[in-house]
Amino acid sequence: MIVFGHRIPMTGSLLLWALLWEIVGQLKLTILLPPLSRVVLRAFEIVPTETFLSAFAVTASAFVAGNLIAILVGVPLGILMGSSVVADRIFLPWVNLFLSAPLTALVPVIMVLFGLGQTTIILTVVLFAIWIIVLDTRAGVRSISPSLIEMAASFGAGRWQTFRKIYVWAALPEILAGIRLGVIRSVKGVIIGQLLVSIVGFGALFKLYGSRFLMEHFWAVLIVLFALAFALAEAFAWLERRVEFYAATRG
Amino acid sequence: MTALAHQFFTEPSPVTDCAVSVRNVGKVYAGVVTALENINVDFPRGQLTSLLGPSGCGKTTLLKIIAGLLPATSGEVLVNDLPVAGPGPERAFVFQDFALMPWANVLRNVAFGLEMRGIAKSEREEIARSHIAQVGLAGFEARYPHELSGGMRQRVGLARALAVNADVLLMDEPFSAVDEQIRRKFQEDLLTLIAREKRTFIFVTHSIEEAVYVSDRIVLLSARPGRIAQIIEPAIERGGDPDAIRRHPAYLDTVDAIWQSLKTYLE
Ligand SMILES: Nc1ncnc2c1ncn2[C@@H]1O[C@H](COP(=O)(O)OP(=O)(O)OP(=O)(O)O)[C@@H](O)[C@H]1O
Ligand SMILES: [Mg+2]
Repeated sequence: MIVFGHRIPMTGSLLLWALLWEIVGQLKLTILLPPLSRVVLRAFEIVPTETFLSAFAVTASAFVAGNLIAILVGVPLGILMGSSVVADRIFLPWVNLFLSAPLTALVPVIMVLFGLGQTTIILTVVLFAIWIIVLDTRAGVRSISPSLIEMAASFGAGRWQTFRKIYVWAALPEILAGIRLGVIRSVKGVIIGQLLVSIVGFGALFKLYGSRFLMEHFWAVLIVLFALAFALAEAFAWLERRVEFYAATRG
Repeated sequence: MTALAHQFFTEPSPVTDCAVSVRNVGKVYAGVVTALENINVDFPRGQLTSLLGPSGCGKTTLLKIIAGLLPATSGEVLVNDLPVAGPGPERAFVFQDFALMPWANVLRNVAFGLEMRGIAKSEREEIARSHIAQVGLAGFEARYPHELSGGMRQRVGLARALAVNADVLLMDEPFSAVDEQIRRKFQEDLLTLIAREKRTFIFVTHSIEEAVYVSDRIVLLSARPGRIAQIIEPAIERGGDPDAIRRHPAYLDTVDAIWQSLKTYLE
C-alpha cells in the first residue's frame, strides 16, 4: 500500500483499523463494541481458563478427526477419479455439486441423523473439507505423465503398488494444495457445526457469552479463533512451498 | 536398390533361436485407426534388432505390444516360447522420455524394478549401485533427476532396465531426447554393452544411421498401417574401432539402400 509516496506495510492498515475500533469502543456508542484494549486484556484472561482450554480441546479434536477422515477418504477417491473414466463419470457431478453447495444448510440434516454431539461436528468438518481435496487430487493425478504409469506397469507393479509408489507422490503438490484449502474450509465447518449444535466447544461458549451480553468475552474468543485459523493456513502454505520443486521438475 | 548395395547386406537368414516371436499381430486403435497389420517377425536371441520406419508407422505400438503394455487386436507375441499376456520379468523397457520419478533420487529410481519385485532394500541398493557404476554415473546416486542432464537421465533409465536382469531389453527411441554428440557416445556405449551383456535388444529408432550403426538386424516398417517392408542384416564387422564403422563402405551403402527404400513412403 502506498500513501503519499510512502510505503505502508499491511500491518499498518491493520493498526489503523485497530485504532478506529479502540476509539469507537471508548466512545461507548454501543454495548456490542467494547474497546479493543479491553478485549485483548480479556483474551489474555480467558485463554488460560479451564472453560476455554476444554472448548479448544474438543474443537481441535473434532477438527483433526474430521480432516483426517476427509484426507483418508478424499485422496483415494480423487486418485480413483483421476485414473478411471468410469469412476470419474459416477462421482464428478456430485463432487462439483457439493463443492459449490451451501453446506451450512446440510448441517441440520446431520444433526437429525447423528444427534447433538461430537459426531455431528466431525461430520460437518468432513463435509466442508473433503470436496476440494477430491478435486485437487484428481487434477494432480490427471497431470501425471502417462509414461510414468507405463513404467510402473512394465516393472510389474500392481494397482496398489502403483497407487502407493507413483500416484500419491506424483500428485503430491496438488494433494497438499487440496488439503490446505480443505483445512481452511473446515475451520468454517467446525465453528458452524458447533454454533448450530451449540452445546459443544466454542459454540457453547459463544452461546453463553451472547446470551449474557458478555461482549468483551465474545470478541476475545473470536479474535483468538481468527488468529488460530490464520496461523494454520499460513503453516500449510509454508509446507506446500517446501514441496513446490516437485511441480517444477516433473513432466 | 543398387546391385552394389547387395554385396554389403544380406537378406535375413532364418532365425533358429529367437527370444521374441511376433505372429500375425495387428493393432486397431479405438476401432478405427489401424496402426499395425499382420506383423510376422522373429527377434534372434543375443542380438540387437532395430525397428525402423517413418513417423506414425507403429514402431512404438509394436514395442508396447511386445512389452505387454498394450494388448494386440489380433495375433500373439511369444517370449521364450510363452505367449505374452502382460508385462513380465524377462522384459524391461527403456522409455523415450526416461520416465524417471522426479521425487526419487538416482539410487531409488534405478532400484525401482527390484523394489517392485520385493527384493530387500539393502540387496536392491547394492545391485542398483553396481549398475549405476556400469553406466558411468558412480557418485550420482543421491542426485535427483532434475539435477541431471538429458544424457545422464537416460543412463539412469538404462541402468534401471539393466538392474532387473531381463533377457529382453525394449528401447523406444532411447537416444532421441539427447543431443547429437552424446548420442554418438551412447551408440558406442550400446555396442560395448551388447558385446558384454549378451542380451536381446529390440530398439526403435527414427534414424537410419543409428539403426545401421548399432543393429545386427533391421526391420523396416512401411507407413501406416505398419507392415513389414523388409528385413536387413548389415554385414558390418563390429569388433574394431567404433569410428571405423562409420567410414566402412558397407555402413555407408546400407544407409543409402535403406534411404532409397524408405523414400518410396514419403509422398
Ligand atoms: N492411443 C492411441 N489412439 C489412437 N491412435 C493411436 C494411439 N496411439 C497411437 N496411435 C496411432 O497409431 C499410429 C502408430 O503410432 P505409434 O506411436 O506406434 O507410431 P511410431 O512409429 O512410434 O511413431 P513415431 O516415430 O512418431 O514415434 C499413429 O498413426 C498414431 O496416430
Ligand atoms: Mg514412437
